[in-house]
Amino acid sequence: MSDSKSIASAKGSQEPEHDYATGLAVIAPDKVADPGLEPHRVRMTDKSVKHEKTAARQVAFLFLASVVGSIFSIYAYFAFPLSDDLGTVRNNTLFMGLGITLGLFGIGIGAVHWAKTLMPDAEIAEERHQTRGSEEVRARAVEIIKLADSESGFSRRKLIRRSLYGALALFPIPAIFFFGDLGPNPKDTLRHTMWKAGTRLTKDPSGLPIKASDVTLGSVFHVIPEGLSELEHHKLEEKAKAAVLLVRLDPSELKESAERKSWSYDGIVAYSKICTHVGCPVALYEQHTHHLLCPCHQSTFDVTDECKVVFGPASRPLPQLPIAVDAEGYLIAQSDFTEPVGPSFWER
Amino acid sequence: MSTAVNTQKKGGFLAGTANYLDERVGVAGILKEFGRKIFPDHWSFMLGEVALYSFFVLLLSGTFLTFFFQPAMTPVIYDGVYGPLKGAEMSIAYASTLDISFEVRGGLLMRQVHHWAALLFVAAAGLHMLRVFFTGAFRKPREINWVVGFMLFVLGMAAGFTGYSLPDDLLSGNGLRIIDGMIKGLPVIGAYTSSLLFGGEFPGEQIVARLYGLHILLVPALILIFIVIHLFMVVIHKHTHYSGPGRKDSNVVGYPLMPVYVAKAGGFFFIVFGVIMLIAATFTINPVWNYGGYDPSPVSAGTQPDWYIGFLDGALRLAPTHLEVHAGGVTWAWNILLPMIVGVGFLVVVALYPFLEAWVTGDKREHHVLDRPRNAPTRTAIGAAGVTFYAALWAGASTDLIATNFLMSMNNVLTSIQIILIVGPIVAYIITKRVCLSLQRKDREIALHGRETGRIIRMPHGEYIEVHEPLDAFEQYKLVDFKDYQPTLARPNAQGKITLRARLRAGLSRFYFEDRIAPVTQTELDAAHHDHAPAVTEAPKKKAVTAAKKPAAKKPAAKKPAAK
Amino acid sequence: MAFMKRNLNGSRRHPMAAILVIAAGLAVSGGGYAAATAAVETVKPVSAAASAAQVDEGHKLFLANCASCHGKNAEGTANAPSLIGVGAAAVSFQVETGRMPGQASGPQLMVKEVQFTTEESDALAAYVASLAPGPAVPTEAQLAPNGDATRGGELFRINCAMCHNAVGAGGALTQGKYAPALTKTSAEHIYEAMLTGPQNMPVFNDANLTPTDKKDIITYLTYVQTHQSAGGYELGNLGPVVEGLFIWIFALGFIIAITIWLGAKSN
Repeated sequence: MSDSKSIASAKGSQEPEHDYATGLAVIAPDKVADPGLEPHRVRMTDKSVKHEKTAARQVAFLFLASVVGSIFSIYAYFAFPLSDDLGTVRNNTLFMGLGITLGLFGIGIGAVHWAKTLMPDAEIAEERHQTRGSEEVRARAVEIIKLADSESGFSRRKLIRRSLYGALALFPIPAIFFFGDLGPNPKDTLRHTMWKAGTRLTKDPSGLPIKASDVTLGSVFHVIPEGLSELEHHKLEEKAKAAVLLVRLDPSELKESAERKSWSYDGIVAYSKICTHVGCPVALYEQHTHHLLCPCHQSTFDVTDECKVVFGPASRPLPQLPIAVDAEGYLIAQSDFTEPVGPSFWER
Repeated sequence: MSTAVNTQKKGGFLAGTANYLDERVGVAGILKEFGRKIFPDHWSFMLGEVALYSFFVLLLSGTFLTFFFQPAMTPVIYDGVYGPLKGAEMSIAYASTLDISFEVRGGLLMRQVHHWAALLFVAAAGLHMLRVFFTGAFRKPREINWVVGFMLFVLGMAAGFTGYSLPDDLLSGNGLRIIDGMIKGLPVIGAYTSSLLFGGEFPGEQIVARLYGLHILLVPALILIFIVIHLFMVVIHKHTHYSGPGRKDSNVVGYPLMPVYVAKAGGFFFIVFGVIMLIAATFTINPVWNYGGYDPSPVSAGTQPDWYIGFLDGALRLAPTHLEVHAGGVTWAWNILLPMIVGVGFLVVVALYPFLEAWVTGDKREHHVLDRPRNAPTRTAIGAAGVTFYAALWAGASTDLIATNFLMSMNNVLTSIQIILIVGPIVAYIITKRVCLSLQRKDREIALHGRETGRIIRMPHGEYIEVHEPLDAFEQYKLVDFKDYQPTLARPNAQGKITLRARLRAGLSRFYFEDRIAPVTQTELDAAHHDHAPAVTEAPKKKAVTAAKKPAAKKPAAKKPAAK
Repeated sequence: MAFMKRNLNGSRRHPMAAILVIAAGLAVSGGGYAAATAAVETVKPVSAAASAAQVDEGHKLFLANCASCHGKNAEGTANAPSLIGVGAAAVSFQVETGRMPGQASGPQLMVKEVQFTTEESDALAAYVASLAPGPAVPTEAQLAPNGDATRGGELFRINCAMCHNAVGAGGALTQGKYAPALTKTSAEHIYEAMLTGPQNMPVFNDANLTPTDKKDIITYLTYVQTHQSAGGYELGNLGPVVEGLFIWIFALGFIIAITIWLGAKSN
């Protein structure tokens, strides 16, 4: 590169053996001279035998304190057994821990104190070698490579070389396919939940059905589909899609589009509880503002307006579950959600 | 080659052992090579050690935990001692975590040691990275070591994330839910990747066992490998040192490995371990029993990841509303992709910085003398901007806690942090750069004219001057020994054309070095001394002191000129 | 210490005297103030049948303290909602926690100094209850913490933890509102809050959370309130954010102090 001329003279480097380009560095010819290492400042422990002995005693004391700590920790293991009372766990943890702490600090502080006060603290300078090899070493290295090349014929034999590249490129590829059975093809599992026409809305976690008259103004019910709590398998997987929030609003406050007017019942609306951002439960309901707040990233949804997003990183409104009432007055779903619940995915 | 076989039995046990090992492994050579290796002594060089020792603590405590933890997600009914969960359904992983906490002596202590050590590991690694950055220790020949260290930082984050997700509690389970949501949002591969990772639909019954394998085997193995490479390179390059008298790029000044550093660094291991143990014995961390086992329906207020994942969670929260795009039958989840790009992009910039700076300066020398941050104003200012950016992302993850703690509106807090994210780094850059240049000017002042003593004297001809105490040669050298660079011009290439690349480089070097304070030269020093009135004399040069004498005062006091 | 033996300016006072006197004065005044203002929370069940005298007194108190916002007949005004039908439980909660009389505007009523004695708040409750039927103050049996803490914990996590945090450390709502910490809230007030849904808290009527459910929740919360964590100091139970701050500020801070000592030259 043409910019690599140093600004100083060609021999401007102050350390001739490190003969690299200086780039944009400015190397002043009248740089202040290095005065050399500072003279050693004598410590009290160097001059005075009394101080030295005191320091030695301090170090030994610290090591002995460590012994005490370790023994205490072993004692605490037996002296503070665990029982039903969680206070015993507290004591065992605390005292074993404090004992080991002393055991460790004693050694650590003792060793450092030993080094600082009793070991020589005169600074020593050691020469560095250039990281790169010397010219002879590099020449020899180049020679070896050239020899390996000529003996194997690597650069000469194009056919061997190129077929080798192909082989090396391909051989790891089968490994990728080992991951294939890590999980099933999702197919359309993301598009369906446990909700079907006629599924009763029930309370989470008890599974007891909910009457429309139970849902008063200002209340919020956490809902799961009937049968979910009795599931033997995949209970959490179904719950992760089927959890629903049920609230009652004054019908005059609800802004419903024409096709969704039949989805609510007397101001009672049901929405998916799974956030359309990244899937946390949107569980906070503010009774007066009619906002649903997700505690993970603070996406806020307006229940009066089909749970559209009013704040936060979410984008899509919460899917609405169309509900109705059965003959006994219990709330039921009219069908599954009409769109996938939860976070967005590519094919959505 | 040794002459006779050593048959001495009277040499004692140590001599015998040394001989045994030398004849099989050649330890004498190793000891000769490394035993008196010099390491410089500065507190800021110990931060990497804090990370290393925390890692050892993690290995020790983690091994203990593997004897008790069971990484299975099969549901069981809890029948242990913790009252509010007796009879509750939970995964085996969660139940075994509760058993470790409440029914194994020392179990809760080890759990807490492990988790506190994990937080400290990443924090110390991060602080160490900052030290390396601000002192320019990443310059040649240490660029590769910087990348290795960066990998360690990222692996630490991976270890932490996989680790705290193992107990399958409500808090970490919601963290996994968020990860799943982010994966689902990836274009084309999202839904499939999610299914592969979780073995089907979320949460599935595989994820804990899979993360366990990563957490106890793959990630620690990678960390160990990278640590070995990292330390090996420190041995080859030797440690850097700050500028000062006697310190050059061609030497290293400090203390020998044996015995000083064995004692200091070895002792420091015990101290770091002790600090972790003390905190673990007295402060609760990750009380999983409070959260209950993971269930997709409940969630706790104040759901945040561990601090080192905070910047990514903050990026998610700070994303503007309505960023998703539905077009052509597919969904572009920009509200997820943009935070990922910002978060990962930031990390990539951090990883590549040494190469950028090397390109801008074109400096191909080896650097073993560190810069004081003020002497590299643009780099320090860029670092301050980066730290501000990271901190804004991190703060973005705690908007709800900030709001409740300081009685503010969470919405306003979020908007404020969104603004700070963009404006903050710029402001931080400007302020830091100016502060660095001012500090350099002050250093220059002191190097040329000495310290102001506050003593005013009146000269015989009526002039009032303040007495300045000159620095001794050693202190002065610390202030004047730093690297200086000039901005370059964009030069035409062989074809006579100024390429875009050359223009870019010139622009960047101007950005870096246009405002600069050059170090004081000897000529300037001589000129400054000529300015002094003869009445104010210099103190005599300090003489070398031998061990037996009383230690001389470091600063030669300015002689009070006799009133004339 | 040598300086203590010195006679400063010929004074007969001990050099530490001034410091000790000031410390004693602070202790006395501070401790006295604290003792005088300690509010004692008593769980006092209200007798079901309120006497006419109580209702009357309540009416007087209401006119003096509440009517300016809630209207002379508690019918509500632009400033405050109607209290007809809110029941004794709502009044007991709002008044006994100090939220009412409501002060200044803001996103949410703040807990302040309790302004009324228990007799007075009982009277107010009786008055409001007399206006129309509404939720009653819970009985002792309903509040006793002998329910199922496990069930209560599960219900708490599903219905309450998203606002109040898994162990009741409190949490944020939008626009400056918040769900307060429950660490010092009495069982009576927890029950009443669930029943009446103060401000933006939803109403948990007895069909949603049955009295048994509510008792279980109170049992769980009582356990949490009375048991310190087995792991040590809890750092507010606010989770990883506080833990992260702690490690950076205190652990790293302390360790850096040690490294400075370690690298400093010994004297």
